Amino acid sequence: MSDTREFDLIIVGTGPAGMAAAIAARRHGLSVLALDEQAAPGGQIWRAIEANAARSKTLDADYAAGLATVHSFRSSGAEALFGASVWNVDTDGSVIWSRDGVAASANGKRVLLATGAIERAMPIAGWQLPGVLTVGAAQILLKTSGLRPKGRVWLAGQGPLLRLYAAQAIAAGGALAGVIDLQPVTTTRAAFHHLPAALSRWRDLLKGLRWKAAVRHAGVPWLAATAIAAHGDGRLSEVHITTRAGERREPADLLLLHDGVVPSVQISRALGLAHDWHAAQRCWHPRIDAAGRTSEERILIAGDGAGIAGALAAVEAGTIAGLAVAQDLGRVDAAACVDEIAGASRRRAAYVGMRPLLDALFPPLPVRPADDTIICRCEEVTAGRLREAAKLGCLGPNQLKTYSRCGMGPCQGRNCGLAVSEIIAEARGVPVEEVGYLRQRFPTKPVTLGELAAMWERK
Amino acid sequence: MFERPASDAAMITILVDGRPVAARDGDSVAAALLAAGLAITRTTPVGGAPRGPYCMMGACFDCLAVIDGVASRQACLTTVREGMRVERQEGARDLVATSAGP
Amino acid sequence: MTDVVVIGGGLHGLSAALQLARRGKRVTILERRYVGRHSSTATAAGVRRLGRDPREIALSVVAMEMWHGMAGIVGDDCGFHAGGQIRVAETTADLAKNERRANETRAAGWTHEELIDRAELRRVVPSIAPHCLGAIISRADGAADPFRAVTMWRRACEAAGVEIRENAGVVALEPRARGWRVVTPVGAIDGEFVVNAAGAWARDIAALAGETIACGVKASMMIATERLPPFLAATVGATGRPLSFKQTAEGTVLIGGGHQGRNDPATESSVVDFRNLATAARIATELFPHMTGVRILRCWTGIEAQTADDIPVIGPSVAAPGLFHSFGYSGHGFQLFPAVGVALAELIVRGATNLPIAAFAADRLTTPAGE
Repeated sequence: MSDTREFDLIIVGTGPAGMAAAIAARRHGLSVLALDEQAAPGGQIWRAIEANAARSKTLDADYAAGLATVHSFRSSGAEALFGASVWNVDTDGSVIWSRDGVAASANGKRVLLATGAIERAMPIAGWQLPGVLTVGAAQILLKTSGLRPKGRVWLAGQGPLLRLYAAQAIAAGGALAGVIDLQPVTTTRAAFHHLPAALSRWRDLLKGLRWKAAVRHAGVPWLAATAIAAHGDGRLSEVHITTRAGERREPADLLLLHDGVVPSVQISRALGLAHDWHAAQRCWHPRIDAAGRTSEERILIAGDGAGIAGALAAVEAGTIAGLAVAQDLGRVDAAACVDEIAGASRRRAAYVGMRPLLDALFPPLPVRPADDTIICRCEEVTAGRLREAAKLGCLGPNQLKTYSRCGMGPCQGRNCGLAVSEIIAEARGVPVEEVGYLRQRFPTKPVTLGELAAMWERK
Repeated sequence: MFERPASDAAMITILVDGRPVAARDGDSVAAALLAAGLAITRTTPVGGAPRGPYCMMGACFDCLAVIDGVASRQACLTTVREGMRVERQEGARDLVATSAGP
Repeated sequence: MTDVVVIGGGLHGLSAALQLARRGKRVTILERRYVGRHSSTATAAGVRRLGRDPREIALSVVAMEMWHGMAGIVGDDCGFHAGGQIRVAETTADLAKNERRANETRAAGWTHEELIDRAELRRVVPSIAPHCLGAIISRADGAADPFRAVTMWRRACEAAGVEIRENAGVVALEPRARGWRVVTPVGAIDGEFVVNAAGAWARDIAALAGETIACGVKASMMIATERLPPFLAATVGATGRPLSFKQTAEGTVLIGGGHQGRNDPATESSVVDFRNLATAARIATELFPHMTGVRILRCWTGIEAQTADDIPVIGPSVAAPGLFHSFGYSGHGFQLFPAVGVALAELIVRGATNLPIAAFAADRLTTPAGE
């Protein structure tokens, strides 16, 4: 690896926030490098949007809205590398990634983390069985490969995405055996005092109701349940559903789980940035200012990776961050951006204003898995093992390493992290924020010994 | 599990544990497997349990498979190509597998 | 009032505490974070006599006896596996260096280090790169599981009646008529004796007692890979360049060698330097070519004490009566911990020990007051 290239702004992730930041920064002449692990821009929400547009498949209006952003991004002049897995970011602005088996690095005067969200893990008995996927995964399959559910397909969990995917799947001609709603009914009434703040986005509120109606209209059973379990011998074959009327066993060849999404914080945590616990969303957010700046001068964060607020809020946050970087690097006066930032902030506030209502309507499910439920999928550590460790004096997830290999596998706690913190907190009888989160380290994605060895070698 | 509506998309053939499987050009390996009704890509090194795609976005590392002789590749982040060899990764990756490279 | 306050809940603190408790002393461990937080769980956990500084060998030999009987000490082998420790010679210069070393240790009366030729090296380490010419080996050495060791020694301490207080960092040491008052933000405890096993912060603890001991820190980095089928029982180093390479019971490979990252003891944080770590990766793949495509899952670096002469500080304080030190292990303290605990317990209970710790006396690094 010879000279390391310099950029004004390096952006990790080309979802809504990353693309918007690139567009804004490029407008003021900054040199921009955008990196994404996927094969094309769009993040998860606008996944495969270009390919689908080419096939005239745009699913729905929200999805189609992303096309304009992607086109602007493609013509912005930002240098974009796809299939690039970022695995190290330094507070001095250097970024290392692997692409096609080769590790490379670049230096940025500023680095924007726009890594978005991941599905919150929903650890139920048997969730590790082949045939159990997340709703997000099914949505990706629909968008990238046109796959629609067929056969005995069950959805389970809670949240707007459950409804949205069910509606999309049916609209695409798919078939569902049923939707298992694990949301406690009482939350709906409690949510209403958040309604006023959300009213400016009333169209979005109505959407949720329409999706559910569409699913009902298609004759898909919508069951209220308190628990589910996946069963099968080496592969999913049955779903056991606990309802108020008793337990039901249903044959299943596909079970799709969803319990909301949470910020992807691997990089922000590995950087040692401060994170705050969000009680309603039951996850940690990195601490940022209104423009996305962090306590490290060269690092900014925008989009769902800073807190779940959706794609449109992410676009505004990305724009604001891109403009902040342009200002901080002296390429534009604050005065020249004031109106644009004010507009973006206002629109962002409207989207964010919906969150308290959504958080109240769709709180995360309680994490109370049975002792024999696997929590750490990579190392096959059960909830019982974690509770046992807490009883033996284990104070938190990092100390767990002296009791088990929980969090030490390939995903490095990405999936089990929040559940582990919740389980230990409950076992110890202390708040989750006191227990803390699994310490994240670089590399945040696996890199081979050969790739690392070859970096900085004189060719 | 899943079905794909008929289209004029280009189709290619990959080999899964030696057997030919149809895939759409541009599919990830994981998508191609799921489209063919195949949900298992590996057995775990810890307990030998079968696993397969779960998150489809590179975060869960459950869809690891031996692809074109290279072990521990995430099937959801690997795009199919004509004649690609996909094999179940049994337990801890095989040491004899070739070094890094596509 | 208790008999002994041990500052630091790492393996050296646990070791001293256990030996003291078994000799009838009432012991409290004060640990600032949680037991095993720093070096004890950042270590490569090599259990070796091989290649030790001559001043450490005698103590290391005693410790090795204890490792081979670990189940009898704490009821568990702590994952110790005597697969051998090896330093590979890649060049003729390395061969010569190994030969000199073997001669020196034999002349000093030690028999555990043995030269082996290319054929024997290949038998012990079939996957070693073809260019390696031979090695020096200590066959009954090996490696252990540091997490298991922390858990088992902690349990043994608790079973022996040791009180362990976590989230209890020491902020002051006040001399009393008899012993010390050890102050933490959540309370104070009086003890007749104090053991300073505070690792990279032991220098600060000594300063609280009015003693100035020179000690720095090091930030040795480690790599842990994905699981592989078993291919290596020995722990492998290289005579000519820095490497430690071993395969754990789970099948993961741990690679170290002392390549330095960056750390900040004040904030208890550490950062991996990938440029330096690339060297470790390169050496590892040159010695074990089949490892090239293996994935790194985690890298870390810890915060360990490093003395100017690379050997620890063990024994009574020169300035503060009733204070005893066990720190400064400079990256090779893991194997020694069972024996040092005995030495400290004997010093405190009997006033003397027969264990070979004279070379580690604190006065060689202590600056007398007023200088």
